[in-house]
Amino acid sequence: MMDKPVNNRAWFLVLPVLLLVAFSAVLPLMTVVNYSVQDTFGGNEFFWAGLEWFDEVIHSDRIRAALGRQILFSAIILAIEIPLGIFVALNMPKKGFWASFCLVLMALPLLIPWNVVGTIWQVFGRVDIGLLGHTLKALGIDYNYVNDAIDAWITIIVMDVWHWTSLVALLCYAGLQSIPDAYYQAAKIDQASRWKVFRYIELPRMQGVLLIAVLLRFMDSFMIYTEPFVVTGGGPGNATTFLSIDLVKTAIGQFDLGPAAAFSLIYFLVILLISFVFYTVMTKDQGGQ
Amino acid sequence: MTKIILENLAHSYLPNPTKDSDWALKPMNMTWQDGGAYALLGSSGCGKSTLLNIISGLLVPSRGRILFGDQDVTNLPTAARNIAQVFQFPVVYDTMSVRDNLAFPLRNRGMAEADVAKRVAEVAAMIGMTDTLDRRAKGLTADAKQKISLGRGMVRQDVNAILFDEPLTVIDPHMKWELRTQLKDLHRQFGHTMIYVTHDQTEALTFADQVVVMYDGRVVQAGTPQALFDTPEHTFVGYFIGSPGMNVIDAQVNGNIATVEGAQIALMHGFGALSGKTQLGIRPEFLRLSTGDDGLPYQISRIEDVGHHRILRGKVGTADVNVIVPEGQPIPADANRIIPDPAHTHVYVDDWRVDPAKAERAA
Repeated sequence: MMDKPVNNRAWFLVLPVLLLVAFSAVLPLMTVVNYSVQDTFGGNEFFWAGLEWFDEVIHSDRIRAALGRQILFSAIILAIEIPLGIFVALNMPKKGFWASFCLVLMALPLLIPWNVVGTIWQVFGRVDIGLLGHTLKALGIDYNYVNDAIDAWITIIVMDVWHWTSLVALLCYAGLQSIPDAYYQAAKIDQASRWKVFRYIELPRMQGVLLIAVLLRFMDSFMIYTEPFVVTGGGPGNATTFLSIDLVKTAIGQFDLGPAAAFSLIYFLVILLISFVFYTVMTKDQGGQ
Repeated sequence: MTKIILENLAHSYLPNPTKDSDWALKPMNMTWQDGGAYALLGSSGCGKSTLLNIISGLLVPSRGRILFGDQDVTNLPTAARNIAQVFQFPVVYDTMSVRDNLAFPLRNRGMAEADVAKRVAEVAAMIGMTDTLDRRAKGLTADAKQKISLGRGMVRQDVNAILFDEPLTVIDPHMKWELRTQLKDLHRQFGHTMIYVTHDQTEALTFADQVVVMYDGRVVQAGTPQALFDTPEHTFVGYFIGSPGMNVIDAQVNGNIATVEGAQIALMHGFGALSGKTQLGIRPEFLRLSTGDDGLPYQISRIEDVGHHRILRGKVGTADVNVIVPEGQPIPADANRIIPDPAHTHVYVDDWRVDPAKAERAA
């Protein structure tokens, strides 16, 4: 055993980091906690409200409906983007000019700011001047994301797939690139079919990056705000009002700080919980033994 | 099982090879007899693995043909060639158990489950992994993984040949010896053609009946270990095989006299007048230490005692020359000469051995 000097003054060395974290994360969060248990009628006067706002948020039909839409949205885009991203990564060139070309092409959507993506699709889908909307109309397809809830959903989902599938593909591509040639050669020698190569070589090797991809895409899609806000503004009606859109309406639109704070905390905990479930399930059989 | 014939085979990784150095494999003809145990020996980058991958079909050669018996397989994919190959670094299917790993090649060929189980049990016993069959392959150590790779290579009994690409690199020395013995047993038992790539001469010489030495994309000599030791056809063979390797000393050869650093020694045969870079090749085993004026002037710089003999490191002129002195034989303090054994002194021109019989006829 090596003797480690024990000196409690060493804790002072950690102090700057603790202070930074306190200012950047803990304090703002505590402000939110503070609001969530109080009520105000303006004039900077606060009254103790206990868990009243939490109770209200949990039992609000409006928020429950938004949560339902949010879960549906995340489920749909994960179900599309993950398999599609894997498929794209598998079919990208491994090296040479076209590999670099594909990488640049794939990275492009990721470089566009969220509200610009929203604007692009808002215009793109318009029936009067948008290339997509106008073409669909000319083809005799009844498409109008402003009035039709289904059309609005399709537009937002296609937009998200367009924006973020690249991320999944790039992550998977990196995972695939790390597989040594010998694995493919051995598979050929063992006469493995294409499916078995995917199932037993490529998929296990992508497991780590897929976990990251699923978590990132889940968290981002669960918190999505800008793009649907720009494209549909949450409509028609409340059809595309997701949790964060609802939250912003409550917090800034109506200035209901108490309910908004309670809402924020519950929102945060739900994301944490679902991410934890994903993480646990996906790393369950990575134990080794 | 069948013999493997390489006809005018050459390979380059470049699309349009022009220079000699563009070729990873220079044109060669070669026959691997059915049931032979071959070692493919050479330093890194000499084309060993390229040759192996061409035989197994992982690479299509730029030129020439490969025949399995009478069948031209040059353009056949790996699967159709029925070859087993073991790679330098372990390749295991992480998510499968050891058992499923071993069974994988058999199942892919549609073998009945009862036969698979029987064969897997045999191979597991051979590689000493019977107890770990149900473990997942992922958490195993590197040498356990490599044993699985070896096992997968040996599990199919109907293969045309088994190719080993430096398979014991990651195995610890004790296990190395044991596995090599098992490979040898396996060869005796089933008579598969085996080609074993290595850069370790001990491994090559203990495993193989025939050793094929490659240098710079060429097969420079193929023969029994004894033939490679006694008459290296190329200075590289002499240098690469033996410990320490053959001494190569610049010399002028005229008839049956060689002149080195002003000293003259007699050769067994007449070589006429040779042109090109002329060198003498003498193994350290065939140099005798002496005093006086006979033989070649020798300056000892170091003596290494390696147990059953001593190795003298020294110089003849500017050339490094090693001498092996058997145990029990004294080393005179005033030793200043070495006398080569004429029967084991070879003459090389531009690195290739001059065959005395041919040279005499020409002269």
